[in-house]
Amino acid sequence: MSRDLSRRTKLVLYGALLVLAIPFVFPTWWMVTSSLKPVADIFAFPPQLLPVNPRFDAYRRVFESQPFGQQYLNSLYIALLVTIGTLAVSALAGYAFARIRFRGQNVLFLVVLAGLLIPSEVTIVPLFQMFFKLGLINTHWPLILVPIFGAPSVLATFIMRQFFISLPNELEEAARVDGLGRFATFWRIALPLSRPALGAVAIFTFLHSWNLYLEPIVFLSSPEKFTLPQALTQFVDAYGGPMWDVQLAAASMTALPVLVVFVIAQKQFVEGLAHTGLKG
Amino acid sequence: MTRTDTRVGPAEGRPTLGRARPFWTSRRRDQLTGYLFITPQVLGSAVFVILPLILVVWYSLHEWNVLAGTFDFVGTDNYQALAEDPNLGAVLRATGLFSVGLVVLNLGLALLLAVLLNQRLRGTILFRTLFFSPVVVSLVAWTIVWGFLLQDNGGVNGLLDTLGVDGPNWLRGEGTAMLSVIVVQVFKNVGLNMVLFLAALQGVPASLYEAAEVDGASRMRQFRLITVPMISPTILLTSIITVVGSLQVFAQIAVLTQGGPGTSTTVLVYYLYQQAFQFHHFGYGATLSILLFVTVLALTVLQWQMRKKWVFHES
Repeated sequence: MSRDLSRRTKLVLYGALLVLAIPFVFPTWWMVTSSLKPVADIFAFPPQLLPVNPRFDAYRRVFESQPFGQQYLNSLYIALLVTIGTLAVSALAGYAFARIRFRGQNVLFLVVLAGLLIPSEVTIVPLFQMFFKLGLINTHWPLILVPIFGAPSVLATFIMRQFFISLPNELEEAARVDGLGRFATFWRIALPLSRPALGAVAIFTFLHSWNLYLEPIVFLSSPEKFTLPQALTQFVDAYGGPMWDVQLAAASMTALPVLVVFVIAQKQFVEGLAHTGLKG
Repeated sequence: MTRTDTRVGPAEGRPTLGRARPFWTSRRRDQLTGYLFITPQVLGSAVFVILPLILVVWYSLHEWNVLAGTFDFVGTDNYQALAEDPNLGAVLRATGLFSVGLVVLNLGLALLLAVLLNQRLRGTILFRTLFFSPVVVSLVAWTIVWGFLLQDNGGVNGLLDTLGVDGPNWLRGEGTAMLSVIVVQVFKNVGLNMVLFLAALQGVPASLYEAAEVDGASRMRQFRLITVPMISPTILLTSIITVVGSLQVFAQIAVLTQGGPGTSTTVLVYYLYQQAFQFHHFGYGATLSILLFVTVLALTVLQWQMRKKWVFHES
């Protein structure tokens, strides 16, 4: 619907976009600016759009009240491991389901695909028991293994398969005729061509792991094992009331780095997600 | 699922690499590679998806007291208890309200934003970035900030106050708590659907609109008769994703309302968490898991079946 618009229509559209943008932008803005305010100013009315007396006191107290650095590291390394693991598992499986013919292929693909209809919330009770029997409660293993092999990676495998199917086959065929083995064809020809799909899978896998909340609170019990989402809810004072400024400082530190990466690479983020596999 | 690739292994009779015995024809080797490639995913799915699903059925037939260490077969007692659970009505109502509210608001807003961003305007990339940005903000961080803004003396009521409206205590009222949880979640993730809609809108051939223009069709009519049918496959996809996602909501409820006030925001996953991990009723928790699974399955199948009625073409 890209038609030239009159000046008046344009003004109306900009107005609508600006108003609509408020609930998307204001919370983040307010989170960051309020984390620099003393508590009394956080609830000041009218709200201060910029902190009048900026200070970093709350940021110091984040690290005093919890092993926040360790928790940050936990979330980061878990999300990175899950991302790398998912990429490996889903690229291999997606390629095989798309390109290689073997007996039982369709049945096996359906078995894997069934995972899309079994969200991890459905299986959390037996998963807890399984990891309990293995002595892996209060370790990071459940948060690493289940996403790499469970529902999120199934979606990744599906996306990779759709992408490989859409790739023209000639290059790979030429490589095979030249005597390149299957793995070499996959590794040297198909994989480099699938960068957009890998990027999209990497982004949503990372975000999924970074946002996990139910699993950490079920599996983890000691603060030095916590991940960020779990840690964010634990900033309470001696009376159990929330320490707003500290909580907001921790929330800002959790949200800002990913946000910065997103703004820098927003084209890849948005277009990668829109144009790979997920497209109807 | 149609396979476009019908090629078999390389031509027979070519010398295979190495000195393979006759049994290892290149075709067989290729098959083996295929199995090796899918092994991590298939084994992983078996252990972390299929096995737990079987176990959840098994557990649901048992009375399981973790504290006392008992695990007794009770047949369908848990299902009986489910049918008689006085909370079940409220839980299903909250789950249904949340899902319907989320899906309607999310898809509606996503489509509106996508249409706005699809106009010939400068700066749409900037707005696209802004609308998408909450998707990458940590879910709990986003929820905490909104929890803050929705306090009785928080930012939302402050804003309403300047407009002369006396806002309610959002998270403490039965109706407003549910509305708040829905709206917070809509703003968090609507960018994802918006981007998918935007890609679909850009795929609609301009010639269709030009033809409609010639025929004198109004903008609204064009939207209804051209745009909606042309992007209906994407509407189907996003609605399936959003419905399944809406049934998984947990963190927002845990952070904002803890299922309250009363049971007004106790959705199924939250109730399941309470029963299994707060009250240690693992058997009953497993039964609720089955209910969740059946719901996800039924709604997905239903939408897939209904697609013939309204989805214009399938790619």
